[in-house]
Amino acid sequence: MQQKGMRLRALKAAFPHTVPIFAGFWFLGLAYGIFMNVSGFGFWYPLLMSLVIFGGSLEFVAVTMLLGAFAPLQTLAMALILQARHLFYGVAMLEKYRGLGWKKPYLIFGLCDETFSINCTAEIPEDVDRGWFYFFVTLLNHLYWVSGSTIGGLVGSLLTFDTEGIEFVMTAMFVVIFLEQWKKEKRHDSALLGLGASALCLLVFGADAFIIPSMACVLVLLTALRRPIERRCGLL
Amino acid sequence: MTMLEQAVTIALCALGTMATRFLPFLAFSEKRRTPQYVQYLGKALPGAVFALLVVYCLRGVNVFAGSHGIPEAAAIAVTALLHLWKRRMLLSIAGGTIFYMILIQVFC
Repeated sequence: MQQKGMRLRALKAAFPHTVPIFAGFWFLGLAYGIFMNVSGFGFWYPLLMSLVIFGGSLEFVAVTMLLGAFAPLQTLAMALILQARHLFYGVAMLEKYRGLGWKKPYLIFGLCDETFSINCTAEIPEDVDRGWFYFFVTLLNHLYWVSGSTIGGLVGSLLTFDTEGIEFVMTAMFVVIFLEQWKKEKRHDSALLGLGASALCLLVFGADAFIIPSMACVLVLLTALRRPIERRCGLL
Repeated sequence: MTMLEQAVTIALCALGTMATRFLPFLAFSEKRRTPQYVQYLGKALPGAVFALLVVYCLRGVNVFAGSHGIPEAAAIAVTALLHLWKRRMLLSIAGGTIFYMILIQVFC
């Protein structure tokens, strides 16, 4: 009974945080499912891929891979490069996910951009269990993505409503989360450094290849400036 | 591709993704204290990472052609102003997105 009450409270606390993701994932998921459908794949492809990969950008690229020649090494390399940013999420969540028992492997499995953003920044109320809160955020997001892409795969090209521009919901969400993080910090060294490095790398390396150089720049700068940043930002 | 080759391709995508998600947790186990340097990165990274994610979302925007990124810049401004004013997450996100959809569908 106690356990049930705790779970329900965590679900109630987690759900409002996931509503923007629901909108974004259903749109992107539908688009992805439709894309697979018109590429000639049955609905079980987006269903299965969303369930086991749970990473939007790679799943879109995977459609092209599935249509091309079998190239296992290239596939793995592509997956690692596209998903490398998750390494940073893991490092940032090391302490938050510490000691969460059986939930932890699933939390790590489901650590996509959106889940990371919520679980990293959300202020969890005192009376809500942290582990269950993280768990429900991860589970809800996973369900939104799988259901969205499966429905897209099922109904395919039948849909014809004007949703142009709705993909901006993800950008808006990250802007808001960026602002929340900004308000939390006393100094903005890390945020400014990340903004400058990634914008510069985007200009230099282009849209398809800027993530890894950006990550390298951020890592080098944070390491080189460790002492001053620790002092100025009160991280010691 | 045969069915088996397709299965391997999907499995490799999942494997690559999971490698990047699990690696930090495998490298720094719960049993030992996380090194100071990694703890520092854990605290300093989020600021930079969210900036990176915003840029990542905007990677397809071309400032030199088409609509020159004006709808995106305007919608980001609306989102940010709404958020600084009311600080209601859903309101800011919905407001910015609807504004963007109107801009794109009516003017572009």
